[in-house]
Amino acid sequence: MGERKSGCPMRDANWPSGAYAAEFGDEELFVAAVKELSHQGYVRVEAYSPYPVARVQSLLREPRSLLPVVVFIGGVIGAIIGYGIQWIANVVSYPLNIGGRPPHAVPAFVIPTFEATVLCAAGAAFIGLFWALHLPRPWHPMFEADDFDRVMIDRFWIAIDATDPAADRTKTPSLLNALHAERVLRVPSLQ
Amino acid sequence: MTSARLESPPAAPPVFPAPPEYPVLTFTGEDRELTDRLLAPVRGVGIAWWSLFLIACAGTALFVFCMWYTVAKGIGTWGNNIPTAWAFAITDFVWWIGIGHAGTFISAFLLLLNQHWRASINRIAEAMTIFALMNAGLFPLLHLGRPWFFYWLIPYPATMGVWPNFKSALPWDIAAVTTYLTVSLLFWYVGLVPDLATARDYVRSRFGRMAYGVFALGWRGASAEWRKHHIASVLLAALATPLVVSVHSVVSLDFSIAQLPGWHSTIFPPYFVVGAIYSGFAMVLILLLPLRRAYRLEGIITTRHLDAMAKLTLTMALMLTYAYVVEAFIAWYSGDPHERFTFLSERPFGTYAVVYWLMIACNVVTPQILWFKRCRTHAGILFAAALAILTGMWLERFIIIVTSLHRDFLSSSWQGYAPTWVDLGLILGSVGFFAMLFLLFVRFVPFVGISEMKRLRHELAANGGKEVGLPHA
Repeated sequence: MGERKSGCPMRDANWPSGAYAAEFGDEELFVAAVKELSHQGYVRVEAYSPYPVARVQSLLREPRSLLPVVVFIGGVIGAIIGYGIQWIANVVSYPLNIGGRPPHAVPAFVIPTFEATVLCAAGAAFIGLFWALHLPRPWHPMFEADDFDRVMIDRFWIAIDATDPAADRTKTPSLLNALHAERVLRVPSLQ
Repeated sequence: MTSARLESPPAAPPVFPAPPEYPVLTFTGEDRELTDRLLAPVRGVGIAWWSLFLIACAGTALFVFCMWYTVAKGIGTWGNNIPTAWAFAITDFVWWIGIGHAGTFISAFLLLLNQHWRASINRIAEAMTIFALMNAGLFPLLHLGRPWFFYWLIPYPATMGVWPNFKSALPWDIAAVTTYLTVSLLFWYVGLVPDLATARDYVRSRFGRMAYGVFALGWRGASAEWRKHHIASVLLAALATPLVVSVHSVVSLDFSIAQLPGWHSTIFPPYFVVGAIYSGFAMVLILLLPLRRAYRLEGIITTRHLDAMAKLTLTMALMLTYAYVVEAFIAWYSGDPHERFTFLSERPFGTYAVVYWLMIACNVVTPQILWFKRCRTHAGILFAAALAILTGMWLERFIIIVTSLHRDFLSSSWQGYAPTWVDLGLILGSVGFFAMLFLLFVRFVPFVGISEMKRLRHELAANGGKEVGLPHA
């Protein structure tokens, strides 16, 4: 995948030569570190936390999510399929005269159409989410980092792509140490 | 003068609702302790869980046996007759599906309304929805008589060239219930993924790590993941919210598009939705209160939650009471002798008058105690009230179905109705099946949104205990 100015959809999805990872024990230090890194011109930074941290999300800007569009398209397709099936079934293929009612019974068809719309839109949201997240992904370089298994409990991690224009073999680890990281290490490439 | 007229009158001070009386979170430990507390059952369970589980398994066995008996012998083993062709099976179906609605109301509707208190109970409520729907779907299936032909209701290009008739309410039901179950499952699982990752990192056994690891899909808590996860959750909530209103409306159409006195009424969709959410709140309370006590979750499921749930239950009770009154009034006002007979004679004074008045006692009278703060915040009283309401809501569906059917237009076809042991075994057994699923859920799945609670804890700490997004914040 080519490099994008606005950032990759998943910032940790592509580390051709590994990444620098740093662990933080506290939300304040973690937020301060992300802030400092973005000040220093780091652009390929990913931050890991046990719960969403709004201040970090506003620092690590991302392109607008396409998910709402995907869901809308899913809904439209669902509506067409839902109505289409009923039309084929009761108008084209097997019209039944029940009490003289028209075979093309729009009010009756509304209900399954609505259900099919919601079903397909929700399915699109579900598939679209995991597609965008590149999940399921059983292995990830961060899982190699010691103590990363506390990230979903009470720890915070920052990873910097080693190919980041601002990254440097010696300066980046010492910067992370200066930002009160509890440990700094190098994780392997994703490939 | 013109300029004076253009000046707007002095703005009245904005009137906000009073700030919440009870804090939404009183747990004081760190994130580690919060994780310990919320994942306690994942490490192992005690004798109480095992004894309840065995009882629930016995109930499930009864359920399976009665289903097998019904399928093997035919639905002649039930008390159903002509004209009372629906009876217990449809009562149980409507009851279970109604219970599910509160789960979606809490997880989707209250998410869109930014109600922080939903965070600690939404997982339990959603699980309840899914398990209730799994039960609900079985009853119409068995009621088909030949359940192995259920797929005839699904539109597919059959070799015989026959298609379902979409002017009938049955395919609507199929569409509504399967959509509801699928969307609820997707929504539940999306919310669960981060907490499964927490469980993956928390459990010590290799098998546990593998099992939770598979279901966590490799979630790592990246900020990009959280952001997309939030967008997807809001989208799914927005999609699930209309289902809160639509599913039971569709179920009510099974009744109201028929001509029967007591059924053929435009009030049915809102009336059923209110009753559904009402019974669901009662079930949430029944599940929540023992769980809160057993796992010492008073700091996470606080007095605030009990109070809020009780207030919503009371609101639903008042709306339901209104529906009861309007229904009876319209029956009288319509001048239709059959409607008048059903509402003003058969239901209150007929064969099932005892059931009717018991229903009124459970659904209309009992919730009035929730006007008192002492009752709203007392776990024992709430539990008892919830049990009464849940029973009352089952009785309501029985009254709607049986009293209308067994005394229809033609007095020559009138017949009594009494359930058989198979009918009773099926409803008892389905409660056991529900309990079994719920106990397994408590044992293996994080039953309170852990990452959501952590976010809430830090957000509250950062704002000096005030809830962001509420008027007083």
